[in-house]
Amino acid sequence: MNRILKHWAAAALIAVSSVAMAAGGDGQSSGQVPGSGNASTLQYLQKGQARITDPAPGWDHLWKEVLIDITVIGILFALLTAYFIWRYRRVPGGPQVGSGPKLSPAAAVGWAVIPAFVFLADDLFLAANGWVLWNKYRDVPADRLEIHLESGMYSWDYTYPNGVQTQNELIVPAGKPILLRMTSRDTLHSHFIPDFRVKEDSMPGRTTFLWFLPREAGKEHIVTCAEYCGVMHSYMAGRVIVKTPEEFKQWYEAGGAAAKKSS
Amino acid sequence: MNLKEWIFTTDHKRVGVLYLIGSMAAFIVAGVMALLMRIELSTLGPTITGNPSSYNVWLYAHGAMMILGFQIPALTGFFANYCIPLMIGAKDVAFPRVNALSVWLFYVGVILALLTFFIPDPPDVMWTGYPPYSTITAGNTALYSFTVLILGFASIIGGVNFLTTIVYMRAPGLTWNKLNIFVWCTLGAFVLQLIFVPVLGTAVTLISMDKYLGTHFFDPTRGGDVLTYQNLFWFYSHPAVYVIFLPFFGVLFEIVATFAKNRVFNYNAVVYGGIGGIILLSGVVWVHHLYVSGMVDWIRIGQMVTTLMISVPVGLMLIGLVGTLYKGAITFETPMLYALGVLFLFLIGGLTGIPLALPSLTLHLSETYYVVGHFHYVMAVAGTFSIFAGVYYWFPKITGRMYNEFWGKLGFWVTFVGTNIVFWTMMDIGVKGMPRRYYDYSHFSQFEGAHQLMTIGAAILGVGFAIALVNWIVGAMKGAPAGDNPWKSMSLEWTTVSPPPHGNWPSPPSVSEEWTPYAYDRR
Repeated sequence: MNRILKHWAAAALIAVSSVAMAAGGDGQSSGQVPGSGNASTLQYLQKGQARITDPAPGWDHLWKEVLIDITVIGILFALLTAYFIWRYRRVPGGPQVGSGPKLSPAAAVGWAVIPAFVFLADDLFLAANGWVLWNKYRDVPADRLEIHLESGMYSWDYTYPNGVQTQNELIVPAGKPILLRMTSRDTLHSHFIPDFRVKEDSMPGRTTFLWFLPREAGKEHIVTCAEYCGVMHSYMAGRVIVKTPEEFKQWYEAGGAAAKKSS
Repeated sequence: MNLKEWIFTTDHKRVGVLYLIGSMAAFIVAGVMALLMRIELSTLGPTITGNPSSYNVWLYAHGAMMILGFQIPALTGFFANYCIPLMIGAKDVAFPRVNALSVWLFYVGVILALLTFFIPDPPDVMWTGYPPYSTITAGNTALYSFTVLILGFASIIGGVNFLTTIVYMRAPGLTWNKLNIFVWCTLGAFVLQLIFVPVLGTAVTLISMDKYLGTHFFDPTRGGDVLTYQNLFWFYSHPAVYVIFLPFFGVLFEIVATFAKNRVFNYNAVVYGGIGGIILLSGVVWVHHLYVSGMVDWIRIGQMVTTLMISVPVGLMLIGLVGTLYKGAITFETPMLYALGVLFLFLIGGLTGIPLALPSLTLHLSETYYVVGHFHYVMAVAGTFSIFAGVYYWFPKITGRMYNEFWGKLGFWVTFVGTNIVFWTMMDIGVKGMPRRYYDYSHFSQFEGAHQLMTIGAAILGVGFAIALVNWIVGAMKGAPAGDNPWKSMSLEWTTVSPPPHGNWPSPPSVSEEWTPYAYDRR
């Protein structure tokens, strides 16, 4: 009984400490720009200026963290299993039937509750970290360029605030958060930009959104359809073309004038 | 061998074998589809077909056949039918004629599914059938709907039958806490089928009504909603994962306990914590299939937590399984090799699901090859390996003969190697951005090498499965007599002769006070 109590105490400790780590550890463990997460939203409200936290590096960081988490669990479990398989193989002269323990009620409960606590602790730790990153993905900076996207079989049609329209080419200025408000004129599509670690479906009758932060001017990033949308699904692709703010302004204003003229 | 006797049989063992034959036929078709797809993807651009539609039909057929035609019927049709009455000491199921109806319906469903290859506009809606595409495609969505409905109906009938059988027909003395884990797992799976299959039936019925009868359930221009379908579909289809998971884990428990000659570690935690926990959680995690579908944020976060919590019951079952090896006396015949292989494959599959529980990570991972690799490891491969393990394990009981041990083991190793080549590579390129359901990956040309590697892996996998199938056919016809209980198992099904006669036992068995199916140290 004493041993069970000790296990309980250990499990409770693990549970409490990992929740605490998850809740408090965001700033220092995530390797983000200082002041990211919820704290930054506060600061941003106070100072009235945008402090942009790009979720994409946060994705890479959380992915690494989760990968370490599952690799450690996986290797421990696999090694234990492999050890049991080797250690308890039937050998000539050895026992011909197993002698696995018949657990007392207390031990049986312990062997259910303690692992459950450990798993739950890890779950809550991951959930907390996942939630923090999720908030970054859904918390669109106020200083942003908002572009409307209508997807259709099989193209991406973007409309800028000044009426400029492009197809399959999303031209954006570096350093400015880009918000896409998305809908579809026919089937489901999903605007997937692997380089920015983001996608979201678009569909008729609802408007969905995603945002990302293009950083480097002169770069192109592939946009690909990630939701099966029809026969030519795999050919539905486009590009995000990142320009310097000056280049973008030039292009945008020229296009805006042309758009006005034609309308 | 009288064909008429087989078709009109009401014997649960024959019904079971019919289920096995039908589901293996579906498996072979699904496997051929997989190979066609892998060959198509071995080069950039068109390889063996210039028509993306053909590829999409293979993709549809592969998914629908594997899940609806192979895994669910093999696990809840074949294994449940063959083993449950034997394991609980019953002469047959509660309603033998209803049982026959269920297998007939299953065959109608499989034949409908096979018609995909003979009708002019085959369905190309994936096994999910999402609108609006499924309501506007030239492909035959009705065939999809009717296939799902008929197979679902077969499953519901089976569910009623087996729940009744397990509750009312156990042998005298066989109390609930002495049931085989497999019986518990099947009970759980059929509870899930009874609750959730009607929802799937509703979803696919509405989709065909939208397409052919002019209703607007999923048409937003007339007040419908596209997302409703996805919710209905996954409200069934996530529990369907556990309809597959529970019985295949049950099969693993039977095999591991028998070949380790050991009692199941912490039986109560496995049954009440593991199986019970999965039943409780299974209906509240479906939104993790809709993390990027445009659902409201609060439900994505809520179901992130419930999804992660699935690790608790699944973890308890895994501890029970690995714990059963502890202090065992393990031998390594073919069924045990497959079962131990599943332990490792399932570990990979289960753990790689954890990132997918987090909506934030899923924003990048969903709809990529990572997801495909993950669910193949955790469900397709782990499930199929378990089915193969189970067929090898009960082979001497079913046929009275022994398969060839050398070819059995060789088949396992070939399959195990092929599996890891295919699905590990899949997860790797998925994280790097390779989207799924692509006929042509021209704008991801950096993955051509990986795709070729996977095609080679798939060929190896195919050879491995073929070895097992041939081994069974040859074993059933020419194998050496196996005796009644070649594995020296304690479980009730091994106490009768092999193959068991109609009615299973000359006189109904009863079990003693200290007997359990796993009490090896007591005899």
